[in-house]
Amino acid sequence: MNARRTLLLALGGLVLAIGLTFLLDPYRNYQLALAAAYLCATAGLTVLVGLSGQLSLGHAALMAAGGYGYALTSQALTSAGVNGVPRFLAATAAAAVAAGVLGLLLGLAGARLHGPYLAGLTLTLVVAVPAVAASVGALQGDRGVRIQFEGVPGPLKALIALEQWQAWVALAVAAVAVTGLALVRDGRTGLRMRAVRDDEVAAALAGIAPARVKVLAFVVSSVTAGLGGAVLTFVTQSVSPGAYTVSLSLLLLVAVVVGGLGSLLGAALGAVLLVLLPWLVGTLTDVLPLPSQVTQRLDGTLALLIFGLLLIVLVAGAPGGLAGALTAARARRRARGRPPAPGRTAARLAPTAGDDPTGPAARPGSVGPTATRSGEPVRTPTEG
Amino acid sequence: MPQLRTSPTRRRPRRTAGPLVALVTIVPLAACSTPAASPGVDEETVTIGTHTPLTGPAAAGYSSISAAASAYFDYLNDNGGIHGRSIEYVVKDDAYNPATTQTVVRELVQEDEVLAVVNGLGTPTHSAVLDYLNENEVPDLFVASGSPSWDQAETYPWTFGYNADYITEGKVLAHHAQQTYDDAVYCVLGQDDDFGTDFTVGLTTVLDDLASTQTYSVSNQDVTAQIGAMQAAGCTVNFLATVNGFTALALGTAAKMGYRAQWLSSSSGGDYPTLVGYLGEDVGPALLEGFVSTNYLPFSADDPWVELFRRVNDEYNDGAPFTGNTVFGMSVAYTFAETLARAGEDPTRESLVEALESGEVVGNGIVPLGFGADSRRAFGGVGITVVEGGVQDYVGEVYTTDTGDGDVVVYDGEAVPLENDGIPQT
Repeated sequence: MNARRTLLLALGGLVLAIGLTFLLDPYRNYQLALAAAYLCATAGLTVLVGLSGQLSLGHAALMAAGGYGYALTSQALTSAGVNGVPRFLAATAAAAVAAGVLGLLLGLAGARLHGPYLAGLTLTLVVAVPAVAASVGALQGDRGVRIQFEGVPGPLKALIALEQWQAWVALAVAAVAVTGLALVRDGRTGLRMRAVRDDEVAAALAGIAPARVKVLAFVVSSVTAGLGGAVLTFVTQSVSPGAYTVSLSLLLLVAVVVGGLGSLLGAALGAVLLVLLPWLVGTLTDVLPLPSQVTQRLDGTLALLIFGLLLIVLVAGAPGGLAGALTAARARRRARGRPPAPGRTAARLAPTAGDDPTGPAARPGSVGPTATRSGEPVRTPTEG
Repeated sequence: MPQLRTSPTRRRPRRTAGPLVALVTIVPLAACSTPAASPGVDEETVTIGTHTPLTGPAAAGYSSISAAASAYFDYLNDNGGIHGRSIEYVVKDDAYNPATTQTVVRELVQEDEVLAVVNGLGTPTHSAVLDYLNENEVPDLFVASGSPSWDQAETYPWTFGYNADYITEGKVLAHHAQQTYDDAVYCVLGQDDDFGTDFTVGLTTVLDDLASTQTYSVSNQDVTAQIGAMQAAGCTVNFLATVNGFTALALGTAAKMGYRAQWLSSSSGGDYPTLVGYLGEDVGPALLEGFVSTNYLPFSADDPWVELFRRVNDEYNDGAPFTGNTVFGMSVAYTFAETLARAGEDPTRESLVEALESGEVVGNGIVPLGFGADSRRAFGGVGITVVEGGVQDYVGEVYTTDTGDGDVVVYDGEAVPLENDGIPQT
């Protein structure tokens, strides 16, 4: 029932978003496609960090794995004479597999590491992307891999511009990724992830294998990041190490925290910010009467600065991020006249009825999120 | 079995739909401006744009090019512009990152609605937008890269190159070396992309084989291993397909190792003032004495073009250091102005390309531009420059050749003369 409702909603949302593309000019549609690509990554990251409590600073590398997987497969298929939809689907699948395998390796290591050590490991991975691209011949170093240009399919050509078509594809892939994550989060796996996050020992006593759950979380999150990389490659017809830098990795994490850890809505807000902030800053510096020297210096850096400030302000003022602030505001409105619930929640979810009422975690004495008076689980801080 | 307490499900749907609804509602709607008859042209101005590295590792070597071009456009605008319109040059930073290039070029075309992209810089970066610009039929003029891939009139009719291509440079330098040095052992250090491979193709077309072929990656600021290998192979004459920063690095590394050889560089990394800037005023001139490079633009101190550019640089560019990049940027600006002057009273994207295809646009180089209906190749020949006593200047002949295995021949024509103070007549 719930799963069906999730699917219906995703479908409705997708149709709505595709309708939106008709209102946007080509450049906005391009930005929308980028946001959809980043959403794949931020949604996966928010589930990984928020739900399973594992910090990854290397999600850009997983996106890169997806991007290269897509590009190399697409190239191979082009020279084999395969085109159109089959090529796209096969290349996207390859992207998911490539990122998933890398995520599996990371997860296997990650399950044995904690906190800063895991962060360090994942960071190393993203630092190594340019070196790997330079030393593996097929990846063509700094210039990256270019793929065959793919225009709007025949029947649609008269109706829509290329950017709009790309936005459609990007939105569809993002919808699949986010829906998948929502199903995982609301299902048995999500419940186990939360149990492991909150208390590994208790979860193990309850019959959950913590290592397995953590690795699974990493793989799921990596696959969606890989899909994000595939979408970026599809939109720009190229993949290069320059697109997947350490700063993108950190920005993904910042976007997730700013949006609200563990919240898919927050991940979407974060992805949109990720695309819009640099553009807004660029527009702003163009409008302000600044000397060109200053504009040049601000160009790449001011967006980062604003992101950093936003992060500090939000963590201090609204630890649940933007999504958390929205939820809290709603809760306050609803609870007018009643005492507020202790412990505000980000949109971190309690397990839902209809899913797994008899799973191991549901046994007496198990560690589920503690229920508060308002039926909201108490928020536990996840510190990296 | 006690049931686990759950949060009310009433709020779940909104959460699940949240991400997509957010995407739908957050993206701000831009006011779509109605496109003019020809993008980038109105009564007073012609708007063009470029992508170039202003930040990042490549910025040091190249950011002065767009500044010089902008200065020359200011000079033109102060002298009445072209057909009564002033030229506005929108410079976007791509940090030499192909992914960013994609974004900024889309901004130029879709937001700023430029008439043309002029002098987009870099092989990896510009390759990323080649399909996009031709797909959208945007004139893609005077690409700042010597890759021969811009010369494809069939596939990419909207793209025109500018630099003498790397194959031509490699062939001419190899020919010059054969004429000049006896019993030499030839080697090459090249960038690990098209720049290095194309240049090496040019070399091996003339020289049968190279004793050692070394490559470097821009992301690794250490060429000790490569220079060491060249030293070990006994190389005496070394060709360089390197950007300015790595030319300096190679020469500096060799000097540290006490390795002396003759260096011959592509024009992309052979600009004396820039190299001295990298190596320092104290050791630079000594290290660079006898350094050979190619060039195809006016460069001698007494050349009328250079005198004009110096004047413009002092007046409109805050007297920035006058380097090969200054000449390059201003030459590109002049060439675009000339194209615009030939494109009629009311220039369109099509008429710009027609003007270039007509072959009437000759530029300001030591050989006239070679554009035509089926040619997108700007300079079909280069001259040889040598550093002597701290001055880099042309020596000997100017050579022309093709990108195949044709011979290198001496060019007997004249360089393009300066007319009307560098303001194209309409």
